This record gives sequence, structure tokens and C-alpha cells, in this order.
Amino acid sequence: MPALVELTNVSMAYGRGAHAVRAIEDVTLTVSKGEFIAVVGPSGCGKSSLMKLISGLHPPASGTLTVEGKPVKGPLPSVGMAFQNSNLLPWRNAVDNVLLPLEIVEPHRSRMGRERAQYREKAIKLLNSVGLTGFTEKHPWELSGGMQQRTSICRALIHEPDILMLDEPFGALDAFTREELWCALRDIQAERHVTVMLVTHDLREAVFLADTVYVMSNRPGRIVKRCEVNIPRPRDLEVTYTQPFQDIVHELRSLIGGRH
Amino acid sequence: MNREYLTTRVLPPLAFTLALFFLWELACHLIKIPPTILPAPSEIFAALWKFRTPIVENSWVTLWTTLAGFAIATVFGLLLGIAVGWHRAIYAGVYPVLVGFNSVPKVAVVPVLILWFGLGEVPAVITAFLISFFPIVVNVATGLATTEPELEDVLRALGASKMDIMRKVGVPRSMPYFFGSLKVAITLAFVGAVVSETVGANKGIGKLMLDAQAGFQVPIVFAGLLVLAFLGIVLYGLTVIIEQRFTGWAFRGQNR
Repeated sequence: MPALVELTNVSMAYGRGAHAVRAIEDVTLTVSKGEFIAVVGPSGCGKSSLMKLISGLHPPASGTLTVEGKPVKGPLPSVGMAFQNSNLLPWRNAVDNVLLPLEIVEPHRSRMGRERAQYREKAIKLLNSVGLTGFTEKHPWELSGGMQQRTSICRALIHEPDILMLDEPFGALDAFTREELWCALRDIQAERHVTVMLVTHDLREAVFLADTVYVMSNRPGRIVKRCEVNIPRPRDLEVTYTQPFQDIVHELRSLIGGRH
Repeated sequence: MNREYLTTRVLPPLAFTLALFFLWELACHLIKIPPTILPAPSEIFAALWKFRTPIVENSWVTLWTTLAGFAIATVFGLLLGIAVGWHRAIYAGVYPVLVGFNSVPKVAVVPVLILWFGLGEVPAVITAFLISFFPIVVNVATGLATTEPELEDVLRALGASKMDIMRKVGVPRSMPYFFGSLKVAITLAFVGAVVSETVGANKGIGKLMLDAQAGFQVPIVFAGLLVLAFLGIVLYGLTVIIEQRFTGWAFRGQNR
């Protein structure tokens, strides 16, 4: 499969000069088109920084970073992002929140005026597909945490990005809602063949969803392990209770370390 | 209007106001306060009715000068607030001047305005504007400055320009601050207009009260005060309605 995202010896730091805090060091990784990768690691290891880097929100200090063969110089419209907090705009209802990227990204932006109705329909369809039928006109505070997060993922998908970047999107949810959303994300990815990059500290989540799991070390973050998950798809939640699954999770856990 | 609304929102303020007037009336009669010091409400309402024609005429002038000044302050305050919140350098540059300007008592400016524009409604409009735009600027700028960076990141990740972020996130986010400041500004505009009229004008409630005071017609002075209080409540109420109409999302907790 062709490489979509390529990082070669990339480092990144916050601040400049002597006060710079190194967040990522010497990371090399490749994401193929349609691949689902997960990045796991201890708290503060630079997982989110890696996300900011690839999305173009923060430039690398050294090394090369390309998306679709072109070096990344700034935010890309071919990327859709969702964060730990749903970050929905409280003055917009669910549909209008989902429509937001289309008001920014070309070519939708210039079509928005004429074809608002069609775009609206598309957004409603997308929301319905993640189980939000009947909640499309609700404002964020009228939605549960899980519903807000579903809406946020819809917003990341509406402009049909090539890469979906998720920064601990289920971190703030309870265990049952989280598993429900795992399945929702699994189905979205299977249906759209979108390339997904998931940052998480939940190892079960990473192994259940991803094709490849990268383990990062403590700050400054380096990739210490690349692990392919050879569990056949489609995966059912039941798979998380099987021995091969547990073995992978256990191995990853031992790599992350920390005091026990 | 349902029964609960009537008993919790309409009756209590009505009853409280009536009780206040009643106690006032009672006090005036029991302690025998001379009407030239503090007239009883009955005398004030009598004066209000007797001089209704000049009172209405002058109230109208005060009302429209207030609203004109307030309208200018709203537009100007919103634009300046956005400019100040736009960039740290503009904020740093403009803010000290604004604070200094706001610290100058507007009574002291009125004579200058009369010198420039002559006696009439213009100084009142300008004073109302000058006194009321400051809270609007400060609030809009605060709203913009406190916008969550995460909300901005959502747009930045899509390659949105500063202008886009301002239009889609910054400005809507600061609207509750803006409408909140209008409540303060409308009362201030009213004060500004009346202050200007009492310093020098040929029409308006302030001027009417000044003339009544010169003629020792104390009930008329108090009738003027009452009209001012009443108009103040009406204007405040209007801005509250507008606020809830436009930024209901920010008041979600209170409607449950």
C-alpha cells in the first residue's frame, strides 16, 4: 500500500533556545493509505504533540514530514481532527456544528451558500449513521458526553478527509459508552476506508481498533516499539476477551513501564 | 403567561414596589416631613398627572437622546472591542488611553461639548455615547481574549484564517459578554444624557428638574426622578429580552 504519511527522524520542541522543551525525538514512522494506527504511551510522552505535528498545527524542529509526498507546511484540509473534549460550539446545534468544516474548507466553502440544503442533508445522514437520529437539532449541552463525542467525530469526517486524527477521543467517557464508540469508529473506518491515527492511553482500545500500534517512551517521546495486530477483521467486542488479544495488551503494558 | 410565572415573576416586584411607596407615604405623614424636603408619593403622582404634558415632552427628548447615544456606543464599542481583542499589540496600545479617557468625569466634558455644538440635544447624545461605550469595549475584548484555544484549534486544523476564526468562534463566543455589557451601558447612557441636560440644555427631563428646583417645585423634581427610574427599568428590561433572544445558549442552566 502507498505511504500516506511519512516521518523521518522528526523531532519537535516547544519554545526556543535554551528554554525549549523537547516533546518528540527522532521519530520515524510510515502510515499507509487506509491503515488504522494507534499511538500509545505514558502520560505526557508527546502523543498529542505528534498529532499536532502531523496535522500541521506545530512545525517540526528537525527531520522531514510529508503527507501524500508533500512536506507539511501548515494545516491541511485533507485532515479531520477530533479531540478529548468534543469542543463543539455551544451556540450551534449538532448539524450546524458538523457543517462547520464545510464553511472553511474549499471547495465546499464557496458552494455552501447555494447548496446549503444538500450539505445539511449530508450532515444529518452522517449523524444518523452514528446513532444520533432525532438529536440532530439539539445543542451540545442537551447531548450526553458520548453523543457529543459522536458529533465531534462526524464533524471531523464531514469534509471527507483522507486522514482522521483522533486525540484520546474517548478518554472522558465511561467504559460502556467507550466500547460503544469503539464499534462506531470501527464501522466508520470499515465503510469509508479512511486512514485513522488514534492517540490513546487505553491499550485495549488501541489493540481492538488498530492495525498497527506504536508505543512511545517517556518524554522526550520516541517510538520504542511497532506492533502489528494480526487479529482478523471484522473484529467483535468479544475478541477483547480472547487470549491472543490479552497477550498483545500484556506485552504493550510491559513496554510502557511505570511503578507497580 | 401561566400561573407560576405570575406568582414568581410578576407579583413579587409589584408588591415590593407598592409596599415601598406605602411606607414612604406613611413616613411622610407620621414624621411630618415638609413637602419641600421630601414630598409624599401621593403629591408626586399628583404633580406627575398635573404636569403630564411637559413631563411627557421632555421625557421623549431624554429618551431619544439616550437611545441615540446608546446606539452609537453599541456600534462603536463592538467594533473597537473586536479590534482590541484582535491583537495583543492593539490591546496594549489602546487600553491605557481608553482607561484614562474613561476616568475623566463626563460632567466636566459637557461644557466643552456645549461650546462646540451649542445648547440642544447634540451634547446629550454625545455624553450618553461617551459614558456608555467603555463597558462594551472592555466586555467584547474580554470575551475574545478568553476564547478557549481548543475551540480555535478546531478551526486552525482546517486551515482557517484569523478572520475565519474571528467570525466563526471569537465573535459568537463574545456575544454573551457583549449583551451583558449592554445592560450596564444602557443605564450609563441614561445617566449621561440626564447629566448633560442638567449642566446645560433647553429640553429634557434633566432640564425640567433643574427648572422645577429653581422654582422650589419639589414634587415636580421628584416626579422627574420617578420618570427616570421608570424609563431606566424599561430600557434595562428591553436589553435583557434582547440578550436572552440572541444568546439563550449561554443561559441554559437557568431555563430548566
